[in-house]
Parts: sequence; structure tokens; C-alpha cells
Amino acid sequence: MSLTLTNDAGTADQELSPTYTLTAEQLDAFGDELDAIRQRVVADLGEVDAQYIRKVVKYQRGFEVAGRLMFYVPPLWPAAVASLSVSKILDNMEIGHNVMHGQYDWMGDPGLNSRMFEWDTMAPSENWKYGHNYMHHTYTNIVGKDRDVGYGILRMDEDQEWRPYYLGNPLYAFLLMTFFEWGVALHDLETEELIAGRRTWAENREIAGRIWRKVRKQVAKDYIVFPLLTGPFFLSTLAGNAVANLIRNVWTFNIIFCGHFPAGVATFTVEETENESRGGWYYRQLLGSANITGSKLMHVMSGNLSHQIEHHLFPDIPARRYPELSVEVQEICERYGLPYNTGPLHRQLGSVFKKICRMALPDRKPSTAPDPAGDVTDNPLAA
Amino acid sequence: MSIVADATTRVLRSRVAAALATPHGVDRYLELVNPMWAANEVRARIVDITREVDVPGHPPVATLTLQPTSTWRGHRAGQHVQLGVEVDGARRTTRVFTVSSPESKAGDRFTITMRANPDGVVSRYLVERAEVGTMVHLSQAQGEFVLPDQVPDHIAFVSGGSGITPVMSMLRSLQRRTHRGRITFLHYAQSPAHQIFAAELEEIRRSGYGIDVHLLHPELGDPALSPAFLQRLVPGYRDLPTWACGPAPLIEAVQAAYDGSDALRVEYFKPPRVSNGSVEGEISFTRAGTTAANSGATLLEQAEAAGLNPAFGCRMGICFSCTSNKLEGTVRNVLTGETSSLPDEDIRICVSSPEGDCAVEI
Repeated sequence: MSLTLTNDAGTADQELSPTYTLTAEQLDAFGDELDAIRQRVVADLGEVDAQYIRKVVKYQRGFEVAGRLMFYVPPLWPAAVASLSVSKILDNMEIGHNVMHGQYDWMGDPGLNSRMFEWDTMAPSENWKYGHNYMHHTYTNIVGKDRDVGYGILRMDEDQEWRPYYLGNPLYAFLLMTFFEWGVALHDLETEELIAGRRTWAENREIAGRIWRKVRKQVAKDYIVFPLLTGPFFLSTLAGNAVANLIRNVWTFNIIFCGHFPAGVATFTVEETENESRGGWYYRQLLGSANITGSKLMHVMSGNLSHQIEHHLFPDIPARRYPELSVEVQEICERYGLPYNTGPLHRQLGSVFKKICRMALPDRKPSTAPDPAGDVTDNPLAA
Repeated sequence: MSIVADATTRVLRSRVAAALATPHGVDRYLELVNPMWAANEVRARIVDITREVDVPGHPPVATLTLQPTSTWRGHRAGQHVQLGVEVDGARRTTRVFTVSSPESKAGDRFTITMRANPDGVVSRYLVERAEVGTMVHLSQAQGEFVLPDQVPDHIAFVSGGSGITPVMSMLRSLQRRTHRGRITFLHYAQSPAHQIFAAELEEIRRSGYGIDVHLLHPELGDPALSPAFLQRLVPGYRDLPTWACGPAPLIEAVQAAYDGSDALRVEYFKPPRVSNGSVEGEISFTRAGTTAANSGATLLEQAEAAGLNPAFGCRMGICFSCTSNKLEGTVRNVLTGETSSLPDEDIRICVSSPEGDCAVEI
């Protein structure tokens, strides 16, 4: 099957949307291969995976306690902030994000269960799981359905119609980065849907209530109780906690934006993904995600979202498995002639930054020249 | 509890401690320092393991003594506890066991007695592989099958097989309370070799104190439970406050003999339902209180076909929105073909189809 959309004039559109480069049979075989990998890993889960996540939790709690204690010794302030930042990053990335994907549900440990885990950030887990696990992971990169394409604030794809509002794209991105945990929390209110009248206030009351209760606890902890406990160092502890939250925000924003927005990542339309086969779903996850190369430490600190591709193919498989899986996935991609988008952090970030800026401006007229920041249509394999 | 320990507990359970430990909770920090420290959860260390009976060719029975964390609120004789163990350091599995020791107070040691069920992950692990020092996870004591604070002068206990454990807890509690009334105690075991607590019961029988112990072994020709037999033992038994616990056939016989008398209190041990590998069976949606014939479709589809509205998301097993508790039965994961028969298990109903009977909290 080769899926090519036509424009109003009825002629083949000039590469405005991704087309399958595989026949339906090839897609099925591709899906079967990924399913086989999945089954093999799921059957193999056990003590090593349990020990790993427990070790990460131990380190995270250790960094947190150490950070909190070091605020009592003013000269150690930078170390305290660093320690607390590491704790918050581990909590959000390698533990929270992955646990809430159900990656460790098989352990039967309430402390590591997707239905019970709550993370150290403003967004209540219950709201986030709906927007992320369901909406984003099911409808990955389908413009109009996946709200992570621009988060309702930014223009990140040509398929989002340009408006003068988007001139502020780089500014909005900067603000979103700075206040990322707040952005994630408020994201679940889907305010743009509310304004568009596709969502009611009543629907939002429950979600807002959860946000309010969570925010109160997070604010009380970081900006009231812990600073008060350090007595005369109240202000320095308060500032330290704020900086740790900021560092976590900047880091997580950057890692997450590298997952779906670098050059070469495809977006999809609702029409193209109707009646999608399992192989087609895997195909979309692969083409809609991008990896970051780097050291083992980099992978742990990104919650293995540096393996965004593997995460999107197998969102409920423990993330520590992604590095070994990436070898197999790349091999499969090579055989099927599919792109595998990966690169070092600086390159992926540079590419994302470029896109944020370019999308602030109206599109140039469609030309035959490949679009440098483009989506999958720029990829010769997708043509 | 000492004054210091009491004060510590109060601090750990305070709102300030909870605020500081948010969002993970105080226990998530305490357990990393010492598994016996807890503010809210209950855990226990196994401090003794005693083999009760070991009949060749039959599953062994053992009594475990547990030292719970100070959060254990104690139990009443006859209650049970949910106990979770991590088998092979990874998967925690939870089962219900009756407390066999006399009633306990907060923080007291207590015992549970179980037979190593050949198909049971937890009981086999506890009897055959657990060691002194192993940590387990506990619920607080639960159950309404209990001895009242004021015990009537004459009461009866009827038990069969491992149904003896709650009754034993009651008997031991009464001895400790120095109950001076009369107790008629009937127990059915397969053979004398299968008799749990035989030495203790013999001691009780010999020392008298108004406890009539009748250990019955139908295999050796002892009479089965019947109204005539009960009438011979205790004339007018239908009005006698009676606690009965054991396998379903015994309980059915007792219920028939007591003929609806409200002097009788019973507790069942249901045998686990084994998958027959086919789809034929009945699905019970316990929250909605409805049942439907198993059509072989996924539980989500079957629930919707039954007019229910369970939460769902992706409908392809990736988002975990539809996770529900399967109480019993076997389900097959439609993605992997893997089957699972654990009771009280979290499953994604969008990719689970039941085989045979199945009960799920929807």
C-alpha cells in the first residue's frame, strides 16, 4: 500500500504528508518483528529489573535527603541545589515517568505502581496519565489529536495554521521551559479547547481540583515547610529549592522537546491514520520520535527518554531495556529502509531551536526544494 | 510501647512529616533505612518457622511467627490478614492467611499457619523457601468471623482441614482469658497424621477445663457430620453459639444441620477455580453486581456489551487507563497469548480476555 493524499485539485500533493514506504504486507511483517521483541522482553522481566529501579529510587531519596540537609550549611548551598536537582530529575524522569507508564506494575509493589505513584512536580499523576499515556502515546504526532504537538501554546508543525500570535513562538518556548512543571500541570486543563468551546467548564472542575490540591502540597513543601525548618536560612533554602525546581524544569523541557521536534520527525493527519494496522502504529511511533545519543549517565538522567523511539514503540517496558533494544530496532529499520532519527544532544537541541524560530513565521510558498527544518516529507525514504 | 517510641510514632504520623515527605509518603523513606520502621504501613519479619505436619506425598504445613512493625493494630481471634511476599526478589504476590495465635495487641507477635498449596505461589514460598529474617508485607487484621468480647458459657467450634486455624486462635484466646465455660470442639482431618496442632490439642483434651475435643477422621470410620451425630454430642445444639470454618462440603453439612439457626457463624475456604482453557464460563462484574456469559471477547468489550461503562483509553494495552482488579479466574493477554490465574491481580481489561469463569472489579 502506498498512501498518497491528494489536494483539492485532485492531483498528487507535493509531499505535504508522510506516505508509507512499506506495503501493507511489509508493515505487518515489521509489526510482527517488533511484537516478537516485545514478547521476548516481557517474558524476561525479573529480579534484575526490580533491583535496578529500587537502586534508582534509593539514589533519588539519598540525593534528596542529602540536598535538604546541606541547606543547613550555607557554604554548601551550590552542592545542596545540585543534589536536590538530581533528586528531582531522577524522580520525574527515570522513576516517575516510567513507573506511571506501568513499566513496573508487574512487580506488585504499591510504591512502584502506575495507579498509585505520585511524582515530585506540580502536575497530579492522574491528570498527566490521561494526557500523556493515553492521548499522546495513542495519537503520537497526529496533528489535531496529539496535544503534545505544540502543547496548545506553540506552533511546532506546518500543519498548524500560522497566526500572528505565533510570532511569539520563541518567547513562549522560553517561558514554557522556565515554568515547565506549571505548564505540564495546566496543560491538562486544555484551555485552548475550552476557549474553542469543545470542552466544558464542568469537565475541568475535577481536573482543576486535583491540580489545586497537588500544587498546595508541592508549594508547602518546597517554599514553606523545608525553608522554615532551616530557621535563619529560610531565604537561602527557599531560593535553593526554587533553583532546583528551575534546573529540573530546564533539563526536562529540553529532553522532552528533543523527543518529537528535531528535523526529520514526521507528523501525521487524522485521515492518514484511520484504520491503522498494528504495524502502521509502530511505523508512526518510529517516524514520530527521535533519540539522543550519549553516555549511560545521560540516559539515566533523561529517564531513557534519550531512547524516545524505543519508548514509543514499547512504552510499558522498563526503560532500562531501551539501550539494548535500540540495537535491534536499528537493525530492523535498516532492513526495512526506515529512518532512525538520532543524534547528540547539541545537534537535536539546535534543530529543535531552529524549528521553534522558523515556525514563528508564516510558511514560505510550497517549493520543490526540500524544507531544511521539515518533517518526514524531507526524508528521501518517505518520498 | 516506650514513651520515646510512642513520641517518634506520633511525629512520623504528623501532618508536618507527611508534608515533608510528599508526594511519596513517610514510609517510602523509612523503609530504606530499616524495613521494620513504618509510620502507616504494616510489614513483618519472620522470626520463626515451625513445620506442623509432614505427611509424605502431601503438602507440608508450617506455622510462621511474625514480628510486625509497631503499626500493627492487633487482631481479634478468628480474623485473617493479607500477606504479600516478594518471590525471587521481584514480583510481590498477596494472599490471605488466618492468624492462628491468640488475639494480639498493637505491635504483638502473632502466628499464621498454612498448608503449602501445590499450585500456590505464596504458601509454597512461605513453607518451603522462606527463612527466618524474611520480610513480608501485611494488611491490618480483617474479618467478621470473630469471637465476641463476652463469650457465652457453652459454645462449639467445628472445623475441617486447615479451617482449624481461626478456631485454634479462638480456643487459645479463651484459654488465655481463662474462660471457665464449656467448649465443644469438633475437627475433621483426613487422617491422624494430617492432624495439625495434635500435641497441643491432646494436652488440652487431657487437662480438661471443660473443653471436649473430638478429632474425627472419616477415613478411619469416624462418623461424618450429621444432625444425629451433633444431637448425640450436644443435645439442643441448634441453639448453641457455634463457629464453623473449613472446606465447602463441611460448611454445607453444618449449615444443613443448623437449619438457619442464627447461633451459627461460618467462614468458607473456597477452592481456587482452575482454568479449563476454554471460553465457556461466567463473567461477574462485581462492582456493577451483574454477570454475563463469557463470549471470549476482551473484558472491556464484554463489560461494554453488558451495558457497563468502564474507564478506558487506548484500547490497545499501552496506556493503562483501564487497569482493573481481577478477583479470580484466568485471563489471556490477547497481545502475548500469556495466561494468568492469580487472584487479586491488576489487569488491563482492553487486552485481557477471560478463559472460563472470571470475576473482575468493574
